[in-house]
Amino acid sequence: MASIQVRDLSKVYQRDSQRIPVLDGLTLDIPDGDFVALMGPSGSGKTTLLNLIGGIDTPTSGQLLVGGTDIARLSGPALAKWRSRNIGYIFQLYNLVPVLTAHQNVELPLLLVKMSGRERRQRARTALEIVGLGDRLDHFPRQLSGGQEQRVAIARAVVSDPELLLADEPTGDLDRASGGEILDLLERLNREFHKTVVMVTHDPHAAERAHRVFQLDKGVLSQ
Amino acid sequence: MLTALLPLAVIVLVPLLLWGLAKLSDRLQQRLTLSPVMLVFVNLSRNKLRTLLTTLSVAVALFLFSALGGVLDTISDSIRIGSETRIITRNAIALVFPLPLSYLERLRTVPGVRAVSWSNWFGGRDPVNPRNFFPQFAVDAGTFFPMYANDLDIVQATPAAGTAPPGVDPKLTAFLEDRTACVVGEDLLRKQGWKLGQTIRLNGTIYPGSWAFTIRAVYRPKSKSFYGESMYFDWKYLYENSQRRAGVGVYYLSLDDPGRAADIARQVDVLFENSSAATHTESEQAFQAGFISYYGNLPFVIRIIGLAVVFAILLVAANTMAMAVRERTAEVAVLKTLGFSDGTVFRIVLAEGALITLGGGLLGALLAKLLIDTSGFNAGGLLPPMRVHWSTVMTAVAAAGVVGAASGLLPAWQASRMRIVDALRRVE
Repeated sequence: MASIQVRDLSKVYQRDSQRIPVLDGLTLDIPDGDFVALMGPSGSGKTTLLNLIGGIDTPTSGQLLVGGTDIARLSGPALAKWRSRNIGYIFQLYNLVPVLTAHQNVELPLLLVKMSGRERRQRARTALEIVGLGDRLDHFPRQLSGGQEQRVAIARAVVSDPELLLADEPTGDLDRASGGEILDLLERLNREFHKTVVMVTHDPHAAERAHRVFQLDKGVLSQ
Repeated sequence: MLTALLPLAVIVLVPLLLWGLAKLSDRLQQRLTLSPVMLVFVNLSRNKLRTLLTTLSVAVALFLFSALGGVLDTISDSIRIGSETRIITRNAIALVFPLPLSYLERLRTVPGVRAVSWSNWFGGRDPVNPRNFFPQFAVDAGTFFPMYANDLDIVQATPAAGTAPPGVDPKLTAFLEDRTACVVGEDLLRKQGWKLGQTIRLNGTIYPGSWAFTIRAVYRPKSKSFYGESMYFDWKYLYENSQRRAGVGVYYLSLDDPGRAADIARQVDVLFENSSAATHTESEQAFQAGFISYYGNLPFVIRIIGLAVVFAILLVAANTMAMAVRERTAEVAVLKTLGFSDGTVFRIVLAEGALITLGGGLLGALLAKLLIDTSGFNAGGLLPPMRVHWSTVMTAVAAAGVVGAASGLLPAWQASRMRIVDALRRVE
């Protein structure tokens, strides 16, 4: 179950003596298996919301339940463990490890799971085949196109079979064709593999693929 | 020839070998299964040139550290020369001042003294190549070799018809029968290209003139700490050809009971307290230690230099690790996003630093052991052939480990404490 319940969520950054409110009393629900797009101008707080849902940042106040777990209450090590089991994160700039091959990049999250090397390799291979890169296993990121790198990043995000995929502008650094392929892939993961997908995007065409679109403006949900 | 080429070969081959391994690493990596250990190696291969240069700089520093340690080891070896059953009597003012031969009989009467022998430093120079130095001692042939029978073996000797005096190795008969004869170390014989029976010439520096010596026997030390490149000849030859000017440099006293060494030494010095040449008597080890003290506080200076080298390399390694982690800010953030804990990130970075320094340290220390042990360097005969003890190699590797831990500690701590959102924001 990867339903998300956000209740009166606020996030304030403190820079020296200055308080910078980013999210202000946000409340929303994302049911299990949904595909949601978060849109809004720069600085509206959409990436901050994504980071809070993914447990890589902590809220200032409010409640955040992901799959029934109040992640704001988890300690650092517990949160890391929770992320490794429940979250697949896709970055705008792919963020692959340049000195690892495609299949090693995909294997990386599996190092945190008790599993034989052989099984890890098999699962990484399967994940890469799902994203259409079964023939690029031993390629390094420098030997792949931007679209292919993002597909490797998606394979890395799904290899440990998390229920929730978080994508921060996954097509932001790609041309239209490659971006389309990535969105096709996210749709497929949502439809066929029942992954809950939360995607931050500036692109209205990308947002059209989502079941629902949330508009954020100055930390407040406007739609 | 081989010994001379070895350092050159090592200096050229080691970087080539490391470079070749670095080039192979991509292909090798593609075949290996990912593991945390492999992750550490892979991170090091990220900037191969930097890793190679840092490893080599650690290797050079630890080579120097081990070589300096080797000097201390050799000094310690030279002090260890000597038996507990022997003590040495010299002039109380300084070693360079002789003692009268007339002390011999009085020394023999001291209770507990089993036998007495003596020697004198000759200080001759090779007339062809004055830089070709080796130690030469004029010894009382009939008493010196029996006293040192447990320290050396006569391995070659000119045959002789006569018989040796009681207690003297029969192989030294020809040596004892010929006033100009000498006994040389096997290593010295080989190094100089001499042969048994050959006559060699030396120019005296303390006792002027051109001195001829015929090699009648060759010795081999029984322990590595006994110097194998000395020359011994009969003290009477020195005495007679120096217009009876030559005195006694040191007396060797072998004892019945080593436990009474200090007591007997005191008795000897009291015996000559009011003589024209007061004596200073001490154990052979103390004598060697005193000899080394002519260098000043060399061990202290060597230790300071060694520590300075280690500290310098600590700064280099710390800088490398800090740069390596700074460049990978985004990757550290990604690892943490994937669920790697702060502790795992800390251990990965720390292991990288340790691997560089331990690898470099092991390389440098083993090269020092290999090159120095085979060099045969002996500080012009003042020390035994230089050696690096295994304990020094282990100390150097341990020092490398400490440097690795110290240099990686701060970058590892920074990486583990890095907040994911801050790290990602910094990059984007």
